[in-house]
Amino acid sequence: MALHWLRLCGLGLLIAASGARAQLQIEITGATEKRTPIAIAPFAGESALGTSVTGIVRADLERSGQFRALELPPLNPVPTEAASVNYAEWRSRLADAVVVGSVSSRPDGRFEVRFRLHDVVKQASLGGIAYTMTKEQVRATGHRIADYVYEKLTGDKGVFSTRIAYVVKRGNRYELQIADADGAGEETALASFEPIISPAWSPDGRRLAYVSFENKKPVVYVHSLLDGKRNVAANFRGSNSAPAWSPDGKTLAVTLSREGGSQIFLVNPDGSGVRRITTSSAIDTEPRYSPDGKWIYFTSDRGGTPQIYRMASAGGEPQRVTFEGSYNVSPRPSPDGRTLAYITRNSGRFQVALQDLANRQVQIITDSDRDESPSFAPNGRMILLATVIGGRGLLSAVSADGRFKQRLSAAAGADVREPAWGPFIE
Amino acid sequence: MRANLSLLFTALAAAALIAGCGTTPEDQQASGAPVIDPTTGKPAAGKPGAQPQKVPGVDLTAKADPKGVDPRVKAGALARRSIYYEYDQFDIKDEYRALVEAHAKFLRDNPSAKMLIQGNTDERGSREYNVGLGQRRSDGVKKMLVLLGARDNQIESVSLGEEKPQSEGHEESAWSKNRRSDILYGGEY
Repeated sequence: MALHWLRLCGLGLLIAASGARAQLQIEITGATEKRTPIAIAPFAGESALGTSVTGIVRADLERSGQFRALELPPLNPVPTEAASVNYAEWRSRLADAVVVGSVSSRPDGRFEVRFRLHDVVKQASLGGIAYTMTKEQVRATGHRIADYVYEKLTGDKGVFSTRIAYVVKRGNRYELQIADADGAGEETALASFEPIISPAWSPDGRRLAYVSFENKKPVVYVHSLLDGKRNVAANFRGSNSAPAWSPDGKTLAVTLSREGGSQIFLVNPDGSGVRRITTSSAIDTEPRYSPDGKWIYFTSDRGGTPQIYRMASAGGEPQRVTFEGSYNVSPRPSPDGRTLAYITRNSGRFQVALQDLANRQVQIITDSDRDESPSFAPNGRMILLATVIGGRGLLSAVSADGRFKQRLSAAAGADVREPAWGPFIE
Repeated sequence: MRANLSLLFTALAAAALIAGCGTTPEDQQASGAPVIDPTTGKPAAGKPGAQPQKVPGVDLTAKADPKGVDPRVKAGALARRSIYYEYDQFDIKDEYRALVEAHAKFLRDNPSAKMLIQGNTDERGSREYNVGLGQRRSDGVKKMLVLLGARDNQIESVSLGEEKPQSEGHEESAWSKNRRSDILYGGEY
């Protein structure tokens, strides 16, 4: 399944942003107002790696929408983390920050990469790290360096080392894939001739819960990404769907029809201990825990139209959360618990809305018309979603302020859908 | 513009060469010093590089199709298996009453026969909410079959939501074929 990430610059230029093994295509369609200009000097000796580690750092930082990597002329001598840094010179290049580093070969055949980040404005070193790695670890190490730079300069943790899950449909074949947050290095966790929907990462990032239709009905599985082992979490009579992990990873909220209708139950990830938590004659589905575990947000049409409600996860009377419009579904609380992302039908178009849970202000942040399945990055700065453009299913990522957008699509003939952004990994 | 930029870059590169000689106290301190690991505050001996994570794959596409279907359910009135719905509707239209009655009679006459009813929706809206809407459709068919004498334990009603469209189009003519309940007998699922 060949997917490619490409970058569409503001000027409409399409450039391959990563190597031949890259899989999704990325297209940037909007830009944030102010991006921090950063100089990432090619690391001395990095050509020995085959893959440019600074190219990965640069692509990561630019993809965040918060940085603009400066074009640099060939530097001679190549600056390294050990060499002196002339802040005035980097200031003259209009850089607010600069990353310098070097790569050296070790006697054991591995490589050592060292870098240092400098704040050019404050004329201060912001530290650095040395990594020992093989050529196969260049991409992962580049993401770690980008995470370090991002966190030092923005105060938020970077998400470049995180992974995403999504489903690719090509013809009658469905593949649940796992890729790096930049879409590269994708691997197929599950291939099937029946649909796969609703992947949900366990809080430790080691397992995925999802719904597979391989038995001609929806069944919830928990799938270990470490060894490929799967167990049935919910296969009761009727439909079993919409899995959501509790923040402690000990419980799944699921939608079951085993007692008639579609109601929300809790179940242990091994399939034991099922207990019902909603009691209505309506459709109650799409449960999601708040990050503190105290609330479960869900979709219900108990009021006549599908709207979002929340109830205490310990049980209790649901409260309605959405009031504007006649179709509000797929609630996703932000990692800080302050915002709720969901899909709203707005004049016949399905778009991503954000509600400030403190003051109930609602903002629609997309302008597409078939958006589905929003998923927050673990730092809350971006939202990944599925949409349809020109009849093709693709993923879109939008900054939480709605200003910065990019699209990720598969090669022609394949639809990408059902994204889920994984947690931070240590 | 491109030529001007490259001139500028050449100038900057020359400036870099010259400026490289100048230092500040901060630079002198950094010059030649080992990289400090910020977590320990000590010179970094070299952290192990981040390991790309491998995901083992599970392939279900070689799975064999089920066998052993009662030939009687493939003939006559029982060969009709789909009930179609209006938009946002769940009740069974009168034109499908004879179809449902024929299947109810078969289940009544064959207590060991098993049936799966799959409810489906069109593609609009949330996939999971559509699973709920499809369930409402299949539950309605099951309810009518039971009212007509089939046993509850013969029938499982499930939903495929919007996942298995009969027609792949994106307009009402396709959507009307996708809002349906499909009947399957034991051996067919």
